[in-house]
Amino acid sequence: MSADQFVQYFISGLTQGSIYALVGLGFTIIYAVTRIINFAQGEFVMLGGMLSFTLASSAGLPLAPALLLSVLISAAIGAIMYLLAIRTARRASVVSLIILTIGAAIFIRGIAGELWGVDFVRPPFFTGSSSISFLGAYIHPQALWIIGTTIVVTVLLHLFLSYTMVGKALKACAISPRAASLVGIDARAMALIAFAIAAALGAIGGVVMAPLTLTAYNVGVMLGLKGFVAASIGGFKSPILAVVGGILLGIVESMAVGVDWGPFTSAYKDAIALVVLLLILLLRSGRLAAEERES
Amino acid sequence: MLAKVKSKWAYFAVAALLIFLILIPFDWFLGQYKGLAIFIGLSTMVTVGLCLLIGYTGQVSLGQAAFYGLGAYFSAVLSKTHDVNPWLAMLIAAVATGGFAYIIGYPIFRLRGNYLAMATLGLGLIMWVLFRQLSQFTGGPDGMAGIPYLSIGSFVFDTSFKRYFLVWFFCLAILLISQNIVRSRTGRALRAVHGSESAAESIGINVDQFKVKVFVLSAVYASLAGSLFVHHLRFVSPQPFDFLASVKLVVMAVIGGLASIWGAIFGAGTTRILSDELLLRFGEWDIAIYGLILMLVMIFTPEGLFVKLKDVFTQWQLRHSQRETET
Amino acid sequence: MQKYIMWVIVLGVMVSLVAVAAIGCTSEEEEAEPYKVGAVLALTGSASNLGVPEEQTVEMMVDQINEAGGINGHPLEVIIYDTETNAEKCATMVNRLIEQDEVLAIIGPTTSGESLAIIDTMTAAETPLVSCAASILIVTPVEERYWVFKTPQTDKEAVTEIYTYLEAEGITEIAIITDTSGFGAAGRDILIADAPDYGITILDDQNFSSGDTSMQAQLTHIKGTTPEAVVCWATDKESAIVAVDMQTLQMDTPLFCSHGIANMGFIDGAGDAADGVIFPAGKLLIVDVVPASDPQKNVLTQYRDDYETLYGEGTINTFGGHAWDALSWVVIALEEMEEGLDTDEARAFIRDEIEQIEGFIGISGVFTITTTDHLGMLPGSLAMIEIVDGKWTWLQ
Repeated sequence: MSADQFVQYFISGLTQGSIYALVGLGFTIIYAVTRIINFAQGEFVMLGGMLSFTLASSAGLPLAPALLLSVLISAAIGAIMYLLAIRTARRASVVSLIILTIGAAIFIRGIAGELWGVDFVRPPFFTGSSSISFLGAYIHPQALWIIGTTIVVTVLLHLFLSYTMVGKALKACAISPRAASLVGIDARAMALIAFAIAAALGAIGGVVMAPLTLTAYNVGVMLGLKGFVAASIGGFKSPILAVVGGILLGIVESMAVGVDWGPFTSAYKDAIALVVLLLILLLRSGRLAAEERES
Repeated sequence: MLAKVKSKWAYFAVAALLIFLILIPFDWFLGQYKGLAIFIGLSTMVTVGLCLLIGYTGQVSLGQAAFYGLGAYFSAVLSKTHDVNPWLAMLIAAVATGGFAYIIGYPIFRLRGNYLAMATLGLGLIMWVLFRQLSQFTGGPDGMAGIPYLSIGSFVFDTSFKRYFLVWFFCLAILLISQNIVRSRTGRALRAVHGSESAAESIGINVDQFKVKVFVLSAVYASLAGSLFVHHLRFVSPQPFDFLASVKLVVMAVIGGLASIWGAIFGAGTTRILSDELLLRFGEWDIAIYGLILMLVMIFTPEGLFVKLKDVFTQWQLRHSQRETET
Repeated sequence: MQKYIMWVIVLGVMVSLVAVAAIGCTSEEEEAEPYKVGAVLALTGSASNLGVPEEQTVEMMVDQINEAGGINGHPLEVIIYDTETNAEKCATMVNRLIEQDEVLAIIGPTTSGESLAIIDTMTAAETPLVSCAASILIVTPVEERYWVFKTPQTDKEAVTEIYTYLEAEGITEIAIITDTSGFGAAGRDILIADAPDYGITILDDQNFSSGDTSMQAQLTHIKGTTPEAVVCWATDKESAIVAVDMQTLQMDTPLFCSHGIANMGFIDGAGDAADGVIFPAGKLLIVDVVPASDPQKNVLTQYRDDYETLYGEGTINTFGGHAWDALSWVVIALEEMEEGLDTDEARAFIRDEIEQIEGFIGISGVFTITTTDHLGMLPGSLAMIEIVDGKWTWLQ
């Protein structure tokens, strides 16, 4: 592997990792506040991309309002999903909630397949498609948008959680739901906000990645899985760690292709995410088990 | 008195079910559905294991299709590529799959709840990738055909009619074995574990060991079903063992009722009939409708549709017998 | 007394219902019975962008035939089921078509994996199958494929077109990048096996999965081996990502793709990265420049015009053409069929008729089927196409 190639693998991995990070953030927020694993998170990413295509390309709206609207609509769908499905389920067991969110994911995907058909689409690039040379490697302008958005979103999220009333309330729920309710925080309102924020985060990811990765009604599954691994690296508690985890995953996947090691061929690239997931779960099983028993 | 009434109805229901099952494959009855009925039987076999796992240990497996696939591929490769007797291959497959579940069971069951679910999900997906990639053994993504039929002596299971009875024989055998386990000391121990692990441990039950045993049992059931599956279709490919397949199995378990053995037939049956018969009328809306039904069932009857129906029936009985004693 | 009246009313209603049903039945019998054909296509799942054009083609044909009076007075009914690109679902649906719907023949499935899964079922049920999938194993060994036919070119023919072109251009060192699905894996096997016959060395062999969002890592690796050309074997979405990534990495190596990109979706998805991409496909895409002397000209033009009138401009797709050919074969057989045959006799008759098709001018090519060749595609059916300025041009 030459130096130039190394930089290229790194940059490509960084771009992909930022995508995973954006998806992982949504998983983390919902789990931290509600202890629910939202299997429909990948579908919010899909919705962001598909909506941006419809609004920007088909309906011809100018780019910025189209993107904003896509995110807002997705956030609304996330809120509706919480209100109609999760809140109604009331004190359901872990298994029931898992299946419930799976059902929601399947439902959203099915509706999307009906509304948009099965073909993939490409929303317009934000600032064109001429590749930019950087340190001996090349990067697509849209990739810069992806990486930049991830950084900005992470910083804003951190500020929100640490310095606003609502953010601090969400953090309190994450630390201990019981203590939070004791100081008067409405757990259900917080859950609603968490779902809306997670859907918005997913949609932001979808909106910024779709021009580069192409999008269709069924992209939610793969993206959801990768984002899930990212969130698991962050322990499902820390947004910052989820972002770090996502980026690491992207870089490792990319580097693995470059390393040319024996039996590993690029065909197994997506198995890396799965192996990482299992390793993390098994290595931290002791601590995770203790946490589950507490909640 | 309630107990007597309940068991009278139960025997009646089981007898009716058996007669119904025996009559299905005949052309003058419901013969055109025998293909569907075979798949329902296979799904039931896997679902029962899942019901035991979820219902009695409180843990969910989102990768159960991987064991189904292991049984299928072991049987396929051994009986086709290596000319092993299909029955022997099925046995080897069950032992190998069970052994594999045993080895990974201990590390996996140190996790709980969501995390355990995710570990099984990851495992299921890794198996699927291997099924797809190890093409020199598995035939790759297009799979392999030409798997021999099962046969006993000169009697070959070469028609759907014969295989229907073979599959349902295995299925009912598994249901009866599971019923026995549930009623036995082991079963009571299982229920104790699900109720409270610390209490169970305090009376000397090795909780971890039980969980692994149930896990292994569910894997063996799935493996048997997988073997029968490939000797029915005479073809194997990775598609029926992906994440969506595992999800469908959990759906079947949940609709049937997580602690209900006979509910597994109901769960597998309604889910299959739903996706392979009823939803065909709706063209491409079927995915959305499937998801919607999943959500509705989980919101309103999380203990399982079958179990809920049984409860409703029992309450009707109670009221009915009360009225009798009053008049 | 009231009870008595109630029973009379109930009985009366029941009797009238039965009478209406009986009358309904007899009037149905006076019309000619429809000819029922089955279709198992991938309308959802990973091959849906192949299956949906196939479905749309079939529906279009059924309407056309029925509006013209049907087949010898019998309306044509094609029962289409979605296989979800799943071999097990496909097998279930095939059983349903054979046993419940009692169809006379089945067309499809869309993918090779699904087709291979149902060959035994079709043979056991003695019902003819005309597959729309690529693998040569679907029709060979022909002694075991008595009831099975297929219409698309095999992957081998597509690879042959590319390799012949490369050889003529003097290109000897290439890199291949394929997806891990059945389509990609089959293409990869043939690319590797046939390369030595054309003096071609494969310097690098990279893979990706359907659903992957970036192939930059694999392409960076390929770039390091400096091949003279890159051959990509995957469906349109992933191939478009490969094209865009190659452009981003500023690789001017020529890119050759499979016939999986034979639709506008690739060009839309890849944008200007699609220019210069070369791939083999049926002549449907370049029908306007096909000379009038070509026997396929009229059939192609008619299909393109009919399809785009119905579904929109630029929606034409070679995969839909496979379904057109498949259903046409069944229709040809039905047109020769005499009245009064029962289901088993009809199925055997249709099989025999299809086996005798000679010089059939179709969308995918010109066909002559024999007892030893159940694909029967004559050479010259594929064209090498280059994308120039977002349009398809014929490379000769």
